[in-house]
Amino acid sequence: MNQDEPSGPIVRAAGLVKTYRPEGAAPVHAVRGVDLTVARGEFVAVTGPSGAGKSTLLHLLGGLDRPDSGALWLDGRQVDGYREARWAELRRNHIGIVFQFFNLVSNLSVADNVELPALLAGRSPRQARAARGELLDELGLTGKENSTPGELSGGEQQRVALARALVNTPTLLLADEPAGSLDSKGTREVLRLLARFHQRGQTILLVTHDARMASAADRVISFFDGQVVDDAHLGGGRHRPEAGVADVLKLKG
Amino acid sequence: MRLPLLALLVGGPAHGYELKQALENLLGAAYPQPNVGQIYVTLGRLEKAGLIEGEDVEQSDRPNKRIYRITAAGRETVDAWFEESTAEPRVRDEFFMKLALAPHTGTANQIALINKQRRHYLNTMRDLSKLAAGEDRENRVAQLLIEGAMLHLQADLDWLERCQEELE
Repeated sequence: MNQDEPSGPIVRAAGLVKTYRPEGAAPVHAVRGVDLTVARGEFVAVTGPSGAGKSTLLHLLGGLDRPDSGALWLDGRQVDGYREARWAELRRNHIGIVFQFFNLVSNLSVADNVELPALLAGRSPRQARAARGELLDELGLTGKENSTPGELSGGEQQRVALARALVNTPTLLLADEPAGSLDSKGTREVLRLLARFHQRGQTILLVTHDARMASAADRVISFFDGQVVDDAHLGGGRHRPEAGVADVLKLKG
Repeated sequence: MRLPLLALLVGGPAHGYELKQALENLLGAAYPQPNVGQIYVTLGRLEKAGLIEGEDVEQSDRPNKRIYRITAAGRETVDAWFEESTAEPRVRDEFFMKLALAPHTGTANQIALINKQRRHYLNTMRDLSKLAAGEDRENRVAQLLIEGAMLHLQADLDWLERCQEELE
């Protein structure tokens, strides 16, 4: 998409600030001056306690909310001055988003939920169908095309949401607590799929309070009180012995 | 390892190598396995203590192997082990000490300590996820061990968050 800087970072944020001013209540400083760079192909988790502002950060990166100040580049283009219409176009073509509560269109079939963003992005019905078929197959949802979201389990609905987010092969996938309303089996499934798409080169920014999910990423940003307090690359760097359960649990005897 | 070996022998007589394999099959790859030497040493001590008794069995093509069976005293020991309640996991003693003492030394920063510890936990969590993925899904004991370790780690991470809240 950006001709000038095709190998530059996917996300670059400088000095992002967002304060909510609820009526009759103290202002909430959700994001307090965040600088952030996400490289192409990175899988980054943002973790921290609830209320730390990590979802607000994700909303700023996806244009679902506008910063009070600061600058934002996505894949080389400066987007912080974009108005809603341009953001909508940008999201449609280049940003996939997965939410905690799936946000599927409840009266549309699974197939239509996935095809709709492809059609809106200007692809032909045939292309949309083909892309949908491929993704649903990949996500183990073949045979569910004609179901409505209400007929599916939470884990299945989240996989449909993932298919919808990926149908236009976005530059950036944003996931906001994607397993937050799933059981442990659904959580494992979502993790496995995120890891698989990441291995194929998908850039992912995941917001989660769950350390198990966060540890699937290559890089974990600890967010606290609206600020980045730590930014750690996992697994890489100096060689460390692999941990086993005995490092955490001890059997007696 | 004394008590797990004794407990395995309640199921029937076995020699050292069989016990090693039984432990491996039971606990999976996540639990660091004792080497066969440690097992023989432990069996020797258990025998000396009268909790098991060994008998040499001749093998035509190899050195004799020693088969162990549990004694009545051994059984009592195992029963007592299951009877007593197990001590809860320790308080995070060493890290907590560092955190508590950092301001007194002036050389370490508490928030930096917390961040370092968090990285360590997250890396351990990552290793455990890999082990869980590599472990046989059907080996429920091994999967539960890993899950238990992960839940402890999650609790440790939550506690680090609390420390950060209080100390920042």
